[in-house]
Amino acid sequence: MATISYKADGVFYVCCSGLFWRRAQKCTGRIYNICTNLCTDCVVGCTWEVFRVWREKYILHENDTNCVFFLAFQGEGCRTVPLSGHVGFDSLPDQLVNKSVNHGFCFNILCVGETGLGKSTLMDTLFNTKFEGDPASHSQPGVQLKSSTYDLQESNVNLKLTIVSTVGFGDQINKEDSYKPIVEFIDAQFEAYLQEELKIKRVLHNYHDTRIHACLYFIAPTGHSLKSLDLVTMKKLDSKVNIIPIIAKSDAISKSELTKFKIKITSELVSNGVQIYQFPTDDESVAEINGTMNAHLPFAVIGSTEELKIGNKMMKARQYPWGTVQVENEAHCDFVKLREMLIRVNMEDLREQTHTRHYELYRRCKLEEMGFKDTDPDSKPFSLQETYEAKRNEFLGELQKKEEAMRQMFVQRVKEKEAELKEAEKELHEKFDRLKKLHQDEKKKLEDKKKSLDDEVNAFKQRKTAAELLQSQAQQAGGSQTLKRDKERKN
Amino acid sequence: MSELVPESRQKPVVPMKPVGINANLLGYIGIDTIIEQMRKKTMKTGFDFNIMVVGQSGLGKSTLVNTLFKSQVSRKSSGWNREEKIPKTVEIKAIGHVIEEGGVKMKLTVIDTPGFGDQINNENCWEPIEKYINEQYEKFLKEEVNIARKKRIPDTRVHCCLYFISPTGHSLRPLDLEFMKHLSKVVNIIPVIAKADTMTLEEKTEFKQRVRKELEVNGIEFYPQKEFDEDLEDKTENDKIRQESMPFAVVGSDKEYQVNGKRVLGRKTPWGIIEVENLTHCEFALLRDFVIRTHLQDLKEVTHNIHYETYRAKRLNDNGGLPPMTSETEENHESNL
Repeated sequence: MATISYKADGVFYVCCSGLFWRRAQKCTGRIYNICTNLCTDCVVGCTWEVFRVWREKYILHENDTNCVFFLAFQGEGCRTVPLSGHVGFDSLPDQLVNKSVNHGFCFNILCVGETGLGKSTLMDTLFNTKFEGDPASHSQPGVQLKSSTYDLQESNVNLKLTIVSTVGFGDQINKEDSYKPIVEFIDAQFEAYLQEELKIKRVLHNYHDTRIHACLYFIAPTGHSLKSLDLVTMKKLDSKVNIIPIIAKSDAISKSELTKFKIKITSELVSNGVQIYQFPTDDESVAEINGTMNAHLPFAVIGSTEELKIGNKMMKARQYPWGTVQVENEAHCDFVKLREMLIRVNMEDLREQTHTRHYELYRRCKLEEMGFKDTDPDSKPFSLQETYEAKRNEFLGELQKKEEAMRQMFVQRVKEKEAELKEAEKELHEKFDRLKKLHQDEKKKLEDKKKSLDDEVNAFKQRKTAAELLQSQAQQAGGSQTLKRDKERKN
Repeated sequence: MSELVPESRQKPVVPMKPVGINANLLGYIGIDTIIEQMRKKTMKTGFDFNIMVVGQSGLGKSTLVNTLFKSQVSRKSSGWNREEKIPKTVEIKAIGHVIEEGGVKMKLTVIDTPGFGDQINNENCWEPIEKYINEQYEKFLKEEVNIARKKRIPDTRVHCCLYFISPTGHSLRPLDLEFMKHLSKVVNIIPVIAKADTMTLEEKTEFKQRVRKELEVNGIEFYPQKEFDEDLEDKTENDKIRQESMPFAVVGSDKEYQVNGKRVLGRKTPWGIIEVENLTHCEFALLRDFVIRTHLQDLKEVTHNIHYETYRAKRLNDNGGLPPMTSETEENHESNL
């Protein structure tokens, strides 16, 4: 038996294990069986083309017990190496899965639709349980989002399910801003994740992921076409979240109308450029089922939590006088398809799309908005550190300028105030002087008056004394006169 | 009116407290299919694993790696000549391979460190290794911080470092202690006693006990680290490994011999054939099961969640941190700087 050595020069190599020819497992390349009697020197070190030609000439039988395996060169400078025995790393997916199971999963659904379309009922039906909540009224002033989280467990899988519902969507008279709260909510979840990711001390693996993984858009069963509100909202949401449109309360439409309605909806979505979520068709195991389901979009669903006895089984159904609509009957509605696609086949893909496509887009836009670029105008790669330093310096400079401006303003104000005060002081002084002068004038006037008054009093006193003197003189004379008179009388 | 009443806007970051609706699932929903979905996805994308082997030359590092992965993955097999001169300084050689088993594709990189501990003056010979490990973290950090990131960042970080202890039978050498002290903080170290076929069973147990004690006395935390045990189950399992089996005393070989009608990997000596995968002969099978079959994913996770995060936090702190997103927190951030 000839041994073949290999050349690790980057093209391909033929290899064997030890001294024995071995039938190794199927590898990523292709397995060719070549009779070992052949001269193999011409194989070593030659290019793929040459080998192919050689191989075509000599290939014998697929199941030849003497076999040599060769593997085409893998990318990235790695060569594929065959294994000569069981190593055991095929348990790696199991290890990964076990760890994830211990950790738990989370899944967040957003239900967008007008009030009364059966969103809560459908969630109850999908997850086979009664989530709490009262039906919403139609008189909400604006669109709000109500979010609730539930812990579900099935066999050993723990799922943290968050259901977010729009309240009051489509009820207002003016619906121009109806989509805004929804877009803001979705952005806020991305923002929270981005903040966590940018922290210095972060706990990403324990982080409760609140980003919306799937958005079920409820279309009213009018039977004609999409409403403009629907188109506008879906257009705004398609780049942020995986949209799965569904026709709600589809027992209101007959079968023939339903097909026409679906076609109309899909054509409208396409013509308006709305990108709804397409189930992935790249994995062979699910490609087929996903492909057929893609053709059935949008799903026409009916929700019901009531169980009725049909035949001899209890089934979820809605009872009408003219018959019973069974929820899980594929001929009646597409509920089973929705459940298959949403939960049983594509849950992981929805989560991945949210993370790798929508979240990355948001992150990129947000960081670019902040002024971070990956390459500068000379297309040399910027490191985030340099950008950050530049921004920091810029920011500090701005702060300094602001500080300067404020200081200047402060100085100015102080000066003004000082001038004002000085003015006031001056005025006060003047007033004081004026008053003082007034006071002096008054005083002088009063003194003058007093003097004149005194003079008058003096004059009066003089006159009084003169008058009294006269009187007393007169009295004396008169007294003597009276005495004379009296004497005369008496006589 | 469609204008919003501001105060009644939903506070988006905090969802309501989880309501534990556990047992009243009235029928099968299918949530547990997510396990299958996840498994399929991971099988499609494949795995990366980077293992570094450190030890003085001649301890059988390359042979052991070949035996571990049952293929010619080491430097020895890709053109290295045994007569090559031992390098003057510690070199780092990384060789990548893709191996597949059971539909699982793994990109395995073996990082060899020829020249470690071989010079006369071995001061600071761990520095190139530490530098290499930090460089890989740096590369990953750079990719992660990019604005337009790749879908899957190529992971070149060292997940596991096998440190080969020379089977002297006495105790650890100062070089061993220094190396492990420095590097146990940045990478998962698994100490391995090489060429264990030179020791008898009693010598082996004594040596292992002494090594364990010395590592404990010096405060060296080798993988699985006590502080990262998540729950009681992990703790008891890992305690058992830590106290009894580690460090693994291994023998490596890539030659096959016929023993009792079976082909086994082994070493042929005049006094018998040492079977590599026989648990009574050496602990290679334990090491292989530990590293590959049970703790492979855990090694990667500890590297990513703990060692890488520590490096990232340290790096960002040195630079004053990345800027926060909103403008009002920029002022707060100013005050932190």
